Amino acid sequence: MTALALRLGQSRRLIPSGALLGLVLLVVFNLAFTQNFLSLQTFNINLTQVSTIVIVAVGMTMVIATGGIDLSVGSLMAISGALAPLIFGAHSGLFAVPVLGMACAIVLPILAASAGGALNGTLVTRFRIQPIVATLILFIAGRGIAQVLTNGNLQTFSNDTFHWLGLGKVLGVPAQVIIMLIIVAIAAWVMRATLFGRYILATGGNERAARLAGVPVTRVKMAVYVICGALSGLAGLLVIAINSSADANLIGMGIELDAIAAVAVGGTLLTGGRARILGTLIGALIIQLVRYTLLAHGVPDAAALVVKAAIILAAVYLQKRE
Amino acid sequence: MSKSLQVAAGEALGALSGPPQSAQRKRLHFLRTQGVLVALILLLIFGACRYDNFLGAYNVLTLLRYNTMFGLIAVGMAFVIMTGGIDLSVGTTAALSSVISATLSPHGIWLGLAGGVGAGLVIGLVNGLAITRLKILPFIVTLCTFLAAHGLALLFAGNQSVSVSWESGFTDFGQGDFLGFPIPAWIGGLAFIGGSIALNFSGFGRTVLAIGGNEEAARLMGLPVERVKFFVYVLSGALAGLAGVILASQFGAGQPNEGNGWELFAIAAVVVGGTRLTGGEGSIGATLSGVLLLGLIFNILNFENGKGVISLSAYWQSVIRGVFLLIVVILQARLARKEKDL
Repeated sequence: MTALALRLGQSRRLIPSGALLGLVLLVVFNLAFTQNFLSLQTFNINLTQVSTIVIVAVGMTMVIATGGIDLSVGSLMAISGALAPLIFGAHSGLFAVPVLGMACAIVLPILAASAGGALNGTLVTRFRIQPIVATLILFIAGRGIAQVLTNGNLQTFSNDTFHWLGLGKVLGVPAQVIIMLIIVAIAAWVMRATLFGRYILATGGNERAARLAGVPVTRVKMAVYVICGALSGLAGLLVIAINSSADANLIGMGIELDAIAAVAVGGTLLTGGRARILGTLIGALIIQLVRYTLLAHGVPDAAALVVKAAIILAAVYLQKRE
Repeated sequence: MSKSLQVAAGEALGALSGPPQSAQRKRLHFLRTQGVLVALILLLIFGACRYDNFLGAYNVLTLLRYNTMFGLIAVGMAFVIMTGGIDLSVGTTAALSSVISATLSPHGIWLGLAGGVGAGLVIGLVNGLAITRLKILPFIVTLCTFLAAHGLALLFAGNQSVSVSWESGFTDFGQGDFLGFPIPAWIGGLAFIGGSIALNFSGFGRTVLAIGGNEEAARLMGLPVERVKFFVYVLSGALAGLAGVILASQFGAGQPNEGNGWELFAIAAVVVGGTRLTGGEGSIGATLSGVLLLGLIFNILNFENGKGVISLSAYWQSVIRGVFLLIVVILQARLARKEKDL
């Protein structure tokens, strides 16, 4: 099985072989030493916990592939997550109409997060501000906006659509997991088979050369930040759906680090020019499984952080030597 | 090849001797690098005219006392950024140091201080080694030590805050006064003066700027690039450790969950101070102005709430800081481009 996985990884180069090997070893270890690992429940819990990270990390992969970075993803999740209950909780006006209100509660928060992404993109492209500073602005202000919207209060709710998004299942598979898989599939197709995907890689590989070759670099960069914002918005909705409550102080806290870690472990070059969407999925799964394995064997969550740090460093170091 | 080397060497020399001058260019350069000082003075005048006791001893000393932690971190960050790097680990390093110094505080003020600064030094050493020896991007290395320091802080503290000893005099370190000034303010002042002297009047400072200007050229000129890069991360770690000691002593407890977002506050202060994130230039004095400016915004918000004209919750603080950073960054980008076009 390991040999097959390795060959798959090498022949297609979609996923770095090291990451795939790591994932396989983790699964094998758990099968041997963790009780009740081989159950649908364990499977679903791990996938549910990883789904929001993967969705954000897919957007992050695209941004990083252009040579950028997006620190604002967690704050954008908080904005979208704080906005949705305000809309479907409204009892008057246009939002009180059932179907229309529900549609707005899903579309408007994602649009708001996309607008945040557009601001990031504008700062990066028009004002030529380094991505790390440009997105730092919304990292700081975004959560503040979400907290101001809700006055920092926890919003609890019971809503059928969101209940389904959080806890619903299709053929035994949780709804968020399906959404995650659809997004990964679309993004992988975009990066492999479309002109836009080629443009992203060209921009990250050598921006000057890409510009001279007629790649619409400005529009491409703008697009990846907007996509990353929209995906963060979606992830924010999933988080509040899972919890049946929205806490602007906590939604998406620290997720930028998890997303960047997943991208790095997945073999996407952090300097841009190469993107591995499936690798990002594997990277996120590795980080999740490591945490699960440590917790299942009684190692405290704090120690898992240290291990996670060591894994990311090792992955990036090995990637450099590859 | 040789031509590109010449250009590169020229760039590095430019970083050493400052940009070529013309009257308009000089004015733009002044505005970009010292604009923050102008803004700080304007904000102080605004506050002094609008509020009673704004410039009173109590308010000024309190402001200095509670912003020293950020100031120390910002000095370290300024050096790191001037080499073209970044240090994301400072916030959780400070948290780790606060836990360790609080644990050691019953054994006296000096052991607490040494333990806290030592913890910061260790994290800085790891950063420096991984960046200069393993050649991993500073951004990734310090992201990892950010996670690791947070984990270690929680492990050492057992997931709760660690009370300091109130008998050993450890709390004087953050809460005491010396010659009428808060002790943290003295420490912060020394750090800024020392940093400023090191940057402007030492071979170390010139090497820092040369590395940020063009690392390859600095290496070709025979400057000790690796050693200086290593040292700036160790310095940043040690200063973060010192900030952690002050944190523990001011709040009477080691705080394993504190420090989240401090790194971004420090980066913001450095950027507001006119230091470009690509490295090669910068000023410690302007960084100090940046720290004070960001602290002052919060202070003015408090006074404004006190007047009862508006009532803004604490959550507005980060929104206003963000908007402020947005304005500064856009202005800086435009000024830098104009300066380049001349």
